Amino acid sequence: MRGPDVVWYLCVAGFLFCTGALGVLIRRSPLIVLLSLELMLNGSNLALIAFSRYYAQGNGQIFALTVMAVAASEVVVGLGLIVSIARRQLDLDVDKLSTLRG
Amino acid sequence: MIIASVANVLVWAIWVLAAFACLGTGVAVISFSNPFYSALSLIGNLASLAVMYLLLSAEFVAAAQVLVYAGAVMVMFLFVTAYLGGRVDAPWAGGPSWQAVAAIAASAALFVEVVVVIGLKTSGRLSHEHETDAAFGRPYEIGRLFLTDHLLAFEITSIVLLIAAVGGVILGSHSREAPTAGVQQ
Repeated sequence: MRGPDVVWYLCVAGFLFCTGALGVLIRRSPLIVLLSLELMLNGSNLALIAFSRYYAQGNGQIFALTVMAVAASEVVVGLGLIVSIARRQLDLDVDKLSTLRG
Repeated sequence: MIIASVANVLVWAIWVLAAFACLGTGVAVISFSNPFYSALSLIGNLASLAVMYLLLSAEFVAAAQVLVYAGAVMVMFLFVTAYLGGRVDAPWAGGPSWQAVAAIAASAALFVEVVVVIGLKTSGRLSHEHETDAAFGRPYEIGRLFLTDHLLAFEITSIVLLIAAVGGVILGSHSREAPTAGVQQ
């Protein structure tokens, strides 16, 4: 059971990362910006796990799990911010949310 | 010999399916105008990524991906999306703006850069994988690494999760007071 080389996994990971970056740059809804951030994190996770398999060492998988925990905490804080923005009847538009003043 | 080559073809077929599902749902995440559909396609993306993790013999990470991401994080996302209601932003309304064109150019340049670096710097050197033993990627091995070599990363991760939980509670309690603050202004 050989399957594709690690290079192919890296190409998929790079495409996912760039798709996520495009979503962060182009979309205005903060919910979709958060989803695009998840895409970028998943792209880096795939690269970490591909290299972990290539070197036959588990360290990459450890860091992929750490990245998943960081992504979960980022979603908690980001969704809390989005909910509190929506409760203040502000527009959910990252171009208009330009001040931190409460 | 024949069985091995059949297994190889099968692995390639599964990989191609998972990769195209991954790329397609990734593009779908950023192109739907409704965040609900974006979140649903991100679930598909996570599932196809879990298939690729299984092909890379990372069984524990694949299981954690499905349980933590698709099970917990995305459910929270869908709840918040449903709570906020159907706020639709039209990303392509009014023709492509200069901002969108610049963003597409920037991410395409990033992708070309990544592919060129992978192609130039790693060709030949990354084509032969090391052999793995049976313990690779199993929960036992992950736990051993977490509690011996990467204990600091483990502890820092738990502290980050704790801080995120506290931050979520603080943000939630502030937003409960928010309507009165809005009236006073």
